[in-house]
Amino acid sequence: MSTDELIKNLRGIWARAYVRIIGVNREPSWLIFELFFPLLPICAFAFVYKSMNAPSDYLGFVILGGAMTAIWMNVLWGMAAQFFWERESGNLTLYMLCPMPTMAVLIGMAIGSGFSTFFRVIITFMIGKFIFGITLHIASYWWLFVTFMLTIAAVFSLGMMMASFFLLYGRDAWNILTVFMEPVFFLSGFYFPVKTLGYPLGAIASLIPITLGLDAMRQLAFKLGPATAFLPVGVEITILIILTIIYLIGAKYLLNKLEYLGRREGRLTLRWQ
Amino acid sequence: MSIAIKTTELSRSFTGGGEKEAGGLFQALSDVNIEIPEGMIYGLLGPNGAGKTTLIKILSTLLLPTSGEAFVNGYNVDNQYDKIRPIINMVSGGENCGYGILTVAENLWMFAQFYGIPTKTAMERIKTLLEIMNLTDKADVKINKLSTGMRQKMNFIRGFVTEPKILFLDEPTLGLDVNAARETRKFVMDWVKNAVEPKTVILTTHYMKEADEMCHKLAIIDSGKILAIDTPANLKKQEAGGASYNITVGYKEFDANSLRAIPGVASFAHSVSDEDAIIEMIFNLEAGGALAKIIEKLSSEGLSILNIHKKEFSLEDAFIKLVGRRLNGGEAGANEHR
Repeated sequence: MSTDELIKNLRGIWARAYVRIIGVNREPSWLIFELFFPLLPICAFAFVYKSMNAPSDYLGFVILGGAMTAIWMNVLWGMAAQFFWERESGNLTLYMLCPMPTMAVLIGMAIGSGFSTFFRVIITFMIGKFIFGITLHIASYWWLFVTFMLTIAAVFSLGMMMASFFLLYGRDAWNILTVFMEPVFFLSGFYFPVKTLGYPLGAIASLIPITLGLDAMRQLAFKLGPATAFLPVGVEITILIILTIIYLIGAKYLLNKLEYLGRREGRLTLRWQ
Repeated sequence: MSIAIKTTELSRSFTGGGEKEAGGLFQALSDVNIEIPEGMIYGLLGPNGAGKTTLIKILSTLLLPTSGEAFVNGYNVDNQYDKIRPIINMVSGGENCGYGILTVAENLWMFAQFYGIPTKTAMERIKTLLEIMNLTDKADVKINKLSTGMRQKMNFIRGFVTEPKILFLDEPTLGLDVNAARETRKFVMDWVKNAVEPKTVILTTHYMKEADEMCHKLAIIDSGKILAIDTPANLKKQEAGGASYNITVGYKEFDANSLRAIPGVASFAHSVSDEDAIIEMIFNLEAGGALAKIIEKLSSEGLSILNIHKKEFSLEDAFIKLVGRRLNGGEAGANEHR
């Protein structure tokens, strides 16, 4: 790719990310839907642990897991379903028409979503921490930050892949998304350490990057984290990097296939099909 | 003059849509051959489902042809779409694109970025286009607050911000009020006329007047086939046959059959107005039919001619003759005098 093309693509990526980033400021309703509502199940699980006199780190696990649900919700509704909406509004046609690769649009979408989700997770976690008086034992701020960012990157790469996949099977998108929601909440260990599931099930759950990211972050942020570890942090970070690459390649492959099918069959531009 | 668009035996069929259940194949385009020189507004005129939008989608690289070839600015739409996309743009009437959370200016800026246009250049163009389309006061308004017409204007501007060499306008005035539609038509015509580098517009429209007023050349399309290609003036002339005259004379008994028998008269009809003591006569002439012979005959019958009016054939007359029905789907009326 030439420098000129790179600059053009970066312009497109920034433009698409801008929609999401600016949206955070212009739609205060997210405070209710993406901050207050996720806090409710967090509180429910936290109260359960509290009534059982579980160690306070377990409350921390729940609060971190609950805060991270924002990422998954954003990936499902903001990434996977997004192309479906874009087609309905006519934006997808314009994306395909423009000289910039559609992959750049997808990356822009992911960056914009990742940016807004980043703050939502942190704010939700800080509110939960304040309400339940959680004490953190940070092993390494740097690696905690790296793990958090890698988790976001890996999950949104998966989201990019899902965006194309769901568009191919657009009519069933809503059902598939709903089916995906609860099993992922369970398998990812949002509200308990994933080690509890055992290694075979945990290994399957590791295909969802949030599982490993969450486990590694718990190890790095809480005193009891290493005791409940599924895999060592280093291994989990390595797998997250590998998953990010695989999902990005998968997203590119599916998007190319989708674009070709779209041009051949008219699926993407003719809404009646 | 260079060729902006050329198609050879271009066909496109779909398995799907309403025909899917029957397992049928819907032929949207059949052996379309067109050649569009650059610097022209080229119209595609046809009823719903005629294949206009399918043709535009193929030319704008959104759809592959089933067979045949299409070239845009010399590039094949099949495998050179990456060379075509930077020089084209498309505006469809009634489209709902953009993001409601962004303002008009932001949406336009965003779409300009997808073409790699630097922000400064994009904002200058946006400012100018907003002024031309009388939308400057809405520049900072979120588009979910705009009326349908204003949103359509914004979409229209989006097509021009990238300064495309070839622009596809698919029913661009749909949803616009009369004044806005007039402004839009004028803007497109000026844009093509005053361009330093040749600009080409491919326009599909339902509005005969719009096609007649704007297009240098028109292709009439129906059921996926091109039925005629010519200038609007020639289409009207060729397809309508000879001229038609309305002649008003003072009331007097006369022999209608003798008027029908005048050489060159294809048909004759009349109506008598007792109140005004006049007779309205309609003469449809064959090509080359002579008005002079009619006047001579009327004078010899002792009828005093009060008024002679030549009826101008419209594009719709030509369309009805070619397609067999009106553009809005109705049948050619019984009062169509031909």
